[in-house]
Amino acid sequence: MITTAASTWDWSAVGDFMPHFWDGLLVTLQALVLGSLISFSLGLVWALAFRAPTRFVRWPVGLVTEFIRNTPLLVQLFFLYFVLPDWGIQFSALTTGVVAIGLHYSTYTAQVYRAGIEAVPAGQWEAARALSLSYRKTWTAVILPQAIRRVVPALGNYVVAMLKDTPLLAGIGVLELLQRSRLEAAQTFQYTEALTVVGVAFIVISYTASLLLRSLERRLVH
Amino acid sequence: MTSGLWEHWVLPGIWITIQLTIYSAALATVVAFGVGMARTHRLWIVRFVAGVYTEIFRGTSALVLMFWIFFVLPQIAGWSLVPMWAAVLALGLSYGAYGAEIVRGALNAVAPAQREAGVALSFTPWQRMRLILLPQAVPEMIPPFSNLLIELLKGTALVSLLGIGDVSFAAYLVRLATTESAEIYSLTLVIYFVIAFVLTRGMRALERKTKAGIGQRPAAGNGIMGSKLNMRQTTDVSKVPASSGGGGA
Repeated sequence: MITTAASTWDWSAVGDFMPHFWDGLLVTLQALVLGSLISFSLGLVWALAFRAPTRFVRWPVGLVTEFIRNTPLLVQLFFLYFVLPDWGIQFSALTTGVVAIGLHYSTYTAQVYRAGIEAVPAGQWEAARALSLSYRKTWTAVILPQAIRRVVPALGNYVVAMLKDTPLLAGIGVLELLQRSRLEAAQTFQYTEALTVVGVAFIVISYTASLLLRSLERRLVH
Repeated sequence: MTSGLWEHWVLPGIWITIQLTIYSAALATVVAFGVGMARTHRLWIVRFVAGVYTEIFRGTSALVLMFWIFFVLPQIAGWSLVPMWAAVLALGLSYGAYGAEIVRGALNAVAPAQREAGVALSFTPWQRMRLILLPQAVPEMIPPFSNLLIELLKGTALVSLLGIGDVSFAAYLVRLATTESAEIYSLTLVIYFVIAFVLTRGMRALERKTKAGIGQRPAAGNGIMGSKLNMRQTTDVSKVPASSGGGGA
């Protein structure tokens, strides 16, 4: 039977999709949380390396992060997915995706940390020197606590950006929101409902997150 | 990789990536200026509609939007777009929404006295926009637009998931044909990096040109890549607003 222009909205298709939607949301959030953790910690490593005493550290790190930041996440994802097994590293699709997102966004968070570190007044460095604090103590007790507090809202922006990039994992078959909706559509031939639900979900989640971030920004920065 | 693959897939793929970038950037620029200027309009309803547009298109994922335009729009509208134009529409609309925020920010950053002077000289709103606000705001927009252009270039890789033969799709085919994943994907990354580098330099030249028009010079480059790629660095955290925006693909 050929149905012409299935332009009507079918709520029962939405109902059928919802169990898959929640499963997909769980995977999406998993990827988001783990990706964020990697990007936050790796970004801090890059940011500290930007200020390393020797240029033999600064230059290669600068070059590598610029390269990662200026090339598409999707291609990096495929690179990791297809090339790592050749090198004997076997990751699941989800792990590969998490690593790719974390690595890609660490180059953004590195710039955020860098700006935060530069925004710490020079007097704080001098005070740490005057108190003869060690190198490690200067960073952990004086500079970083002040720098990170300032950059939390900016880091939050990148969490939202990462959320919107998690659908790319569908490209390597991770069963996150978009992939679930594609599978559902392929089974039922009803593309409208599943894809629209996922699209609306992204708008709702990221808009809510941006509202939260604005209130967080008011509390932390001002 | 044989020369056949190179000639029939990779080279045309590079060209399609460049075309996608140009067309989407053109659409995004139109959307950005239209919506961005609407957000400074004197009528609240115009500001509200433009605000809803930005929140929706910045809030959604570019890839989901692309699939939606590709699969759902034909069912609702009864007509379908060629994949290439569906992709351009998706990229242009979503990156245009990011650009609208840049336009709005730059317009708001023009000193209020400039606008008041325009009112005092009884310029019409459109004259104020065209003769006073835009000439001062546009040079300020170029560095963030440069960042956005690179995000857009990276976003064009998404079209390969729709089966459009861009350079990412070519890489996928070459990998299937040769099973040399590392080589072709490294090459693809380098190709994107080179295009990004050229675009960054181009935008930097454009910034110099427009700033010269109002008697200014671009801020001196610092950082590891000197004046080359450091346009993409956020230097002042306090200027980064909380938003549903941020990086694209």
